[in-house]
Amino acid sequence: MRSTAVVLLALVAGPAAALESLHLLIPGGAGGGWDITARAAGRALMVSGLVSQVSFENRSGAGGGKGVAYLQEAAAQSADVLMVSSTPIVVRSLKPAFQQNWRQLTPIASLIGDYGAVVVRSDSPFADFPALAAALRGSPRSIKFAGGSNRGDLDHLILARIFEALDLDPADARYVPYGAGGQATLALLSGEVGAMSATVGDAIAHVRGGRAQILAVAAPQRLDALPDVPTFRELGWPVEFLNWRGFFAAPGIAEERRDAFAVVLNQLRGTDAWRQARTRYGWTEVYHEGAAFSAFLEAQEHLMRRLLLRLGFVSE
Amino acid sequence: MLDGLLTALTPLNLLMVVSGCLAGTFIGMLPGLGPATAVALMIPVTYALDPASALIMLAGVYYGSVFGGSTSSILINAPGCASTLATTFDGYPLARSGRAGTALAVAAYASFTGGTVGALALLVAAPALAGLAQGFQSPDYFMLMVVALIGVSALAGAGRVLAGYAMAVLGMMLATVGTDAISGLPRLTFGRLDLIDGFSFLLLAMATFALAEVIVSVLQGQDQAQAEPTRDIGSLRLSGAQASDLAAPVARSSILGFLVGVLPGAGATIASFLAYGTERNLAPAERKAEFGSGSLRGVAAPEAANNAASTGSFVPLLTLGIPGSGTTAILLGALIAHGLQPGPRLFVEHPEVFWSVIASMYIGNLVLLFINLPLIPYLARALRLQRRVLFPLVVLFSLLGVYLVSFNPVDMIIMAAVTAAAVVLRLAGFPLAPLLLGFIVGGYLEENLQRSLLLYDGGWHFLWTRPSTAVLSVLALILFAVPLVRAVSAPLKDRFGR
Repeated sequence: MRSTAVVLLALVAGPAAALESLHLLIPGGAGGGWDITARAAGRALMVSGLVSQVSFENRSGAGGGKGVAYLQEAAAQSADVLMVSSTPIVVRSLKPAFQQNWRQLTPIASLIGDYGAVVVRSDSPFADFPALAAALRGSPRSIKFAGGSNRGDLDHLILARIFEALDLDPADARYVPYGAGGQATLALLSGEVGAMSATVGDAIAHVRGGRAQILAVAAPQRLDALPDVPTFRELGWPVEFLNWRGFFAAPGIAEERRDAFAVVLNQLRGTDAWRQARTRYGWTEVYHEGAAFSAFLEAQEHLMRRLLLRLGFVSE
Repeated sequence: MLDGLLTALTPLNLLMVVSGCLAGTFIGMLPGLGPATAVALMIPVTYALDPASALIMLAGVYYGSVFGGSTSSILINAPGCASTLATTFDGYPLARSGRAGTALAVAAYASFTGGTVGALALLVAAPALAGLAQGFQSPDYFMLMVVALIGVSALAGAGRVLAGYAMAVLGMMLATVGTDAISGLPRLTFGRLDLIDGFSFLLLAMATFALAEVIVSVLQGQDQAQAEPTRDIGSLRLSGAQASDLAAPVARSSILGFLVGVLPGAGATIASFLAYGTERNLAPAERKAEFGSGSLRGVAAPEAANNAASTGSFVPLLTLGIPGSGTTAILLGALIAHGLQPGPRLFVEHPEVFWSVIASMYIGNLVLLFINLPLIPYLARALRLQRRVLFPLVVLFSLLGVYLVSFNPVDMIIMAAVTAAAVVLRLAGFPLAPLLLGFIVGGYLEENLQRSLLLYDGGWHFLWTRPSTAVLSVLALILFAVPLVRAVSAPLKDRFGR
């Protein structure tokens, strides 16, 4: 309902630039996932004439916490600022060590997403996910899983969710963290671990290269990029796990401003420049905006809290 | 291969190599701006180019900045990135004794050799070496870091081995501040967001080296404050004897550097430390004392190693599609933005890209040599400045270099405190190089130790279970024991005659 209203509004606005200027805040360093997303979106907005002038600013540090703090402190002067973010901001909100919460910002929309997956080497004894699941059920600690994030972060939570769905205790999962997705993949290829819990984007190049295979994806339906890989759901385990990427505005911005941002991001989806960027990076579109985005974040937070509780990272 | 050479030799691509190398050299020379920043800064410039030209240019920026990084290390004791830290150990003493030009020239020749040997090795052995990168596991990394750390005895200087180890331990303690690499929980941060990422290497290096050096010079040099600044820069030409003296260390360091560079995560910094330590240990007894007070070998070894390692880091990037360092991670992002997916299929689908990058490395290294050598007399002129002009400039660049990366005013306070502590430690006779070595190695060491323990259920048998780890463990034991045995046996020899 709301999104149709926004589209109508967009049609009325016509082809003229919907926004005069936009400043994109990137809470991570150059070349990272947030940086690539924000710069691709910003360029597409400019090329397609939706925004006349887009500027970028990297404020990296504290796993994105510096960016959040900056957007909160400078909220009064940040009417034209959007910050790129992703699922870790929800995980972060739950950890007592960081007193930051996504509710302190204004959620605008998610644009793209990357789904969780279980990856093994091509020569792995496990030909499909049911075989791996049977081994885990026999002995939950028999398989070591590499992941590209710390314990209690994204890749560990993917594994925890899978264990939960298999009726196993997530705390029994042998998760071995590596500095980044690439290092985790290398550990998988070197035989240091038997499997990897990751998002599809970390592994897809190696699947295409023939050295690794994805046993199942935590998506609602099969992915266009991997038509032969089953979802957990069709195998009988309703596991869905999404790392979305989207944008937040400063706290307390005016309602019409918030709607203007949502209109622009919604229009961005239809532009050729953005479609090209999505194809180039292999991004799946996952669009939620406004109230629907907030509701989605709350549901995700609920899942994450449950998993973190079972892993012992938070207490009741 | 021939096609690749021809691709690399088109006028446009030659221009890209030259402009990439130029930009990289100048960005790399600025204290605080290392290869990762240089490549990130230049990515938008390449959007208009075709993929091969873009990669050629970015590769030029990368090795250009590694090449240029030695300049500020040698001239003002301010390493712009961790991989040129080892160059300060002998480069700066050489500059102070009026041989800045010689030191810069040796650095340029050694960098050239390291880069060229690396490109040659990449050409003949890339697919085979991809296996090395895939065969190295967490316990191996842990022992490699232990070997690098034992190099401390090489950095501390005669009679200060114990002080050296003490400082290395202090450095490792500093490395524990921040987010725990395994649990992801903050440690020793006192709830402050500013400390969650730990101390930055750049801040510690600028404070303990550049700033502390300025303050110690001022404190100690009051009587000669009006002394003539150094005018002499030494000869840029190496004599035949010097060249043949350096040939073996440069060749060894190039090969060592390349192999360490192939290992994801170890990289150019560890390579430069290992090369420095190795050359000091291999040097004949009468030359050993030169290390730390102005040895040309001490400049040549780390410079050959860090350039060879930068080239080596292209092996996992191009053959496996896995970035081994921050800089190659940024390069990977740039490649994907250009529609290329590095990995085994890159060679099949885009052989022209693969070969032209390798070809451009040969050309790039030649270009860098020709850019850098004529610049040396002009760069070395910085030393002719009066100290009252030069010192404030060093302070300004050091502070700016740190602030422009973090934009965090708290860093300036931390920097002042670290500088004060470093000055006290230096005046008390504690060497500071082992502190930085302990800091750099400490993080990797702890992460890989924790991970090895996780993988082996808390047992220590990972130290000998795999043959590669066992070899490194034995090497570490020998390196640790030899200086101790010497220290014990030397007085005995003196007492009982020979």
